[in-house]
Amino acid sequence: MKKSYLILTSIFFIFIFTIFYLSLGKNKTYNTEDIVGNKIDEIDLELFNDSGLFNTKEITNYNYIALNFWASWCAPCRKEHNVLMQLSKIKNLKIIGVNFKDNHNNANSFLEEMGNPFYISTKDTDGKKSINFGVYGIPETMIISKDMVILKKYIGPLDLKDFKEIERIVKK
Amino acid sequence: MLSNIGIIFSSSALLSSLILIYFSIVELKISGDKISQKIYKFSLFKLIFSLSSFLTLIAGYVYSDFSINNVYENSHTSKPLFYKISGTWGNHEGSLLLWINILVLFSFLFLVLDKNKNKNFKLLTLIFQNLLISIFFIFLLSNSNPFAPVFPVPSEGNGLNPILQDPALAIHPPLLYIGFVGSSIYFSVALASLICKIDSRSLATTLKPWVSVSWFFQTLGILVGSIWAYYELGWGGFWFWDPVENSSLMPWLLMTALLHSVLVLERKMGLYSWVIVLSIMTFTMSVVGTFLVRSGILNSVHTFASDPNRGLFILSFLLVMVFSSIFIFFRYAPSENKNYKIFSKEFFILLNNWFMIFFLAVVLIGTLYPVFLDTLTGAQISVGPPYYNFILAPFLIPLLFLMTSGPKHRWISSDFKKIFDIILFLSIISFVIIFFFIKESNLLTNLILLFSIYLIIQTIFDFYGNLKNKNINLSRIISHFGFGLLIFFISINSILSLESNFNAKIGEKKNLGNYVINFKKLETAQIDNYKSVIGHFEILNKKKSTIENLKPEIRLYNKPETITYEASINSNLFSDTYLTMSNISDTNIFNIKFQKKPFMNFIWLSVILISLGGVLKFFKIKRQI
Repeated sequence: MKKSYLILTSIFFIFIFTIFYLSLGKNKTYNTEDIVGNKIDEIDLELFNDSGLFNTKEITNYNYIALNFWASWCAPCRKEHNVLMQLSKIKNLKIIGVNFKDNHNNANSFLEEMGNPFYISTKDTDGKKSINFGVYGIPETMIISKDMVILKKYIGPLDLKDFKEIERIVKK
Repeated sequence: MLSNIGIIFSSSALLSSLILIYFSIVELKISGDKISQKIYKFSLFKLIFSLSSFLTLIAGYVYSDFSINNVYENSHTSKPLFYKISGTWGNHEGSLLLWINILVLFSFLFLVLDKNKNKNFKLLTLIFQNLLISIFFIFLLSNSNPFAPVFPVPSEGNGLNPILQDPALAIHPPLLYIGFVGSSIYFSVALASLICKIDSRSLATTLKPWVSVSWFFQTLGILVGSIWAYYELGWGGFWFWDPVENSSLMPWLLMTALLHSVLVLERKMGLYSWVIVLSIMTFTMSVVGTFLVRSGILNSVHTFASDPNRGLFILSFLLVMVFSSIFIFFRYAPSENKNYKIFSKEFFILLNNWFMIFFLAVVLIGTLYPVFLDTLTGAQISVGPPYYNFILAPFLIPLLFLMTSGPKHRWISSDFKKIFDIILFLSIISFVIIFFFIKESNLLTNLILLFSIYLIIQTIFDFYGNLKNKNINLSRIISHFGFGLLIFFISINSILSLESNFNAKIGEKKNLGNYVINFKKLETAQIDNYKSVIGHFEILNKKKSTIENLKPEIRLYNKPETITYEASINSNLFSDTYLTMSNISDTNIFNIKFQKKPFMNFIWLSVILISLGGVLKFFKIKRQI
């Protein structure tokens, strides 16, 4: 009886210590840029103005997609908006906007004021869907290929340098 | 210069500690009932050497001696004197030295103060303590030397992380370490009493003062940490189930369990092995906490610059410690006969222990699960408050009920008194009145409120009913009263808290329900070692037409270059108004977080009441001796 307790306790602790030991060597910084090269999941997003859903598998209908997470309350989004407007003119690329945790009216007036670069507009009112894309702050933009693979991910506002880079990726 | 002195002092302390182990082992074999003078002498030497090494490091900080690498990396000449001193333990190496110093001090106090007659038991306890001390000194000198020199000597230091420049944080580590390290005494006592076959009563008498002291400091340490998080981190809360907060809570839960089960051990036979297991577990949990924080396997506000070697050392130490304890336990543990009746007092105390162990398991799983998952599958997740609230909240209800009715039962008797009485009646009435004001719809929250009121009223009755009684158990009444209040105010706080995030430019006004927030102006100032951007806000309460002025700050520290956000908190008796602002780069827009937090001061006060019970207990024990 005593012996079996001894063995069980020992096994328990050996297991814990092994895990501790293994975890020591691991890199602990969480970096969502690691997801570049992964395929994105099939996720339903609500359409921004109409009722209805956009499923990410529809991405396969287009050559390249820029998935942009934005909100009217987000000041850096205002800053990158011109870059988005320019991106929307590239033939090979369609921008899908995900309006993140926003008030619908504010978002609408933002687009009226600044222009609408989005080929398809969707929304994520409570911010839960965006978690599946590994978004932890906005703005974020992902360039996705026809086979749903993430080619590039930008955290923070896009600038002209990023614009040129995206242009290069899309031309290939 | 100071660097060499420090190394000499700590090496001498290590040497005295090794000599003490040798002397104690020799003396184990000599018959006689007195510990020889040389052990006292060397313990005193060890204490003096160890304290001197710590004072040397403090001197290095006070005089900004940048020839010591540790001072160079963590201090700066322009830092206020207070933070120069507290900076000593604001880093891994310095805090380890503090840790060891408390360990040395506690061992010395144990040698001098413990009245147990059994010489070998005392010697063995000291051997275990000195083993711990030696191992940690070796760790300090080989891997984490706070006295490591730097050459050429830099003219200026790197400075202390500004978020650590806070009075609460200056005392938070010492308090917690007293709690953590205090538990080393019961670890050593537990092992020694197994080997020497000490009886239950002497074990309980030996343990009690140390358990209440370390429990008291642990409670205060956790409180001060929460206060710091509330004022400094600017998240607007006081407990986040952060892995490192959990590491301080887990030993606390075990200490609480021990505090209760020692009572049973003292008055009745039984629970001997359980108390031993708890004692071993408490210190083990403290070291596990240290491992999690210092090895960098968890990310949190507390992680020091992480170093896998450091983690490996603590892990090896932990391995040796755990397996030697397991070996000693299974080799020496006596078999016991347990005889307690249902509804007797020890039954309730045992139930308390089951609750504590359950809470411990929940917190432990929540803390370690992400580490295990990441290691085994590579998936990265984090476990947040919803998990803890969801699992722990329902169990608060029976716990509160047991805290109310348990103490009413006598030792080993099972006459079950009627539960429904005037107190329950009063509680229900008060609950209904409170419900009328807050109108909370969640059943669980309402039940928690009701049972916390029940506990509060019961303890008040206990207090008045026993005022003239000489044997009044004030420590229990005050701690339980404090716990009832704590749960009550936390629930009310979570129900009535108000939070709003918005962006604003200077001059803008924002309407938020009952409040109008006016962003009046911005001011900049140069203070000692930082530049400050101060926002002037006026908050109008429309209902009461009162105005509060709040000035949240953004501080730009020069050494090291860091930005911190200082919450502005207007703390009133019943409610705190809480405002933080952060700038959005390259714009003139600021992100503002406005919060109304009722009864914050009462939450702090409740925890102080809980810990007060520990002090009273300690003095009661002293009087009895």
